[in-house]
Amino acid sequence: MKIAVLVFPGSNCDQDMYHALKNVLKQDVEYVFHTQTSLSAFDVVTIPGGFSYGDYLRCGAIARFSPIMKAVKEFAESGKLIIGVCNGFQILIEMGLLEGALMRNEGLKFVCNNVDLRVVNNKAKFTQQYQENQVINLPIAHGEGNYYCNNSTYEQLKSNNQILFEYVNNPNGSMHNIAGICNKAGNVLGMMPHPERAVERLINTIDGLGVFESFLELKNQ
Amino acid sequence: MYKIKINVYLRENILDPQGKAVNTALHQLGYNEVKTVRIGKFIELIIDDVNEIEVRIKSMCEQLLINMIIEDYSYTTEKLNN
Repeated sequence: MKIAVLVFPGSNCDQDMYHALKNVLKQDVEYVFHTQTSLSAFDVVTIPGGFSYGDYLRCGAIARFSPIMKAVKEFAESGKLIIGVCNGFQILIEMGLLEGALMRNEGLKFVCNNVDLRVVNNKAKFTQQYQENQVINLPIAHGEGNYYCNNSTYEQLKSNNQILFEYVNNPNGSMHNIAGICNKAGNVLGMMPHPERAVERLINTIDGLGVFESFLELKNQ
Repeated sequence: MYKIKINVYLRENILDPQGKAVNTALHQLGYNEVKTVRIGKFIELIIDDVNEIEVRIKSMCEQLLINMIIEDYSYTTEKLNN
């Protein structure tokens, strides 16, 4: 399985993602710069956190028009797996690959903390290594992670089991405590917490491993 | 050439924590007549005279400048003499 880590001007979790996948999970990983136009060599694409294009205008609003994003859209449409973490989630939302919006945290502060999350749906491609309702602990670090969508979108997310993670104690005002969702087809994940920063016991929890092991398991099935 | 002034608002049903904090601050300063504060964005564009200018502006707003899920906008157009 070959995995891409996208890099935009202002990405700052790209090395964390690369390290987690390469050195901890022993995968074949490559950086893909935002100016590139093809993802045909890859099976999975990760969009890391950071502040792409300085978060100018709105988080993710400008990254969405990078040359590589046309390939990302086609990648998603072909059913291949995409994971967007933090700013990566914001970009996927701005692109319309995931529904809703991510707004300024309700408390107006940048929140940098480890938080408890509940795995709402453990049948997804990104969560099948977790137990249903398992509480996991992952770091968050964002100023604009306050998830919002209208009621009909929420009902749709719920009835399609697209809500994968919710906060146990809401840190940012997210609607219905939503921390991570997938698209209807189940191949695009967006989450504010950072699983790639929770893969080694020495520096944090290892509760993030499940996200990666879940989709790596798919190739063995 | 035209000067386009775009006002960006958070949609009415969207909570505006910034506005709320500023509202509280104004009350603390004694401006109790203030009932609500909503904070938005202001974008100014200088653009060439082109065909279908209104259509172009709408498309710029909806493609990039505004997130239509949480924001709404209005704008004014002013002809520049140069």
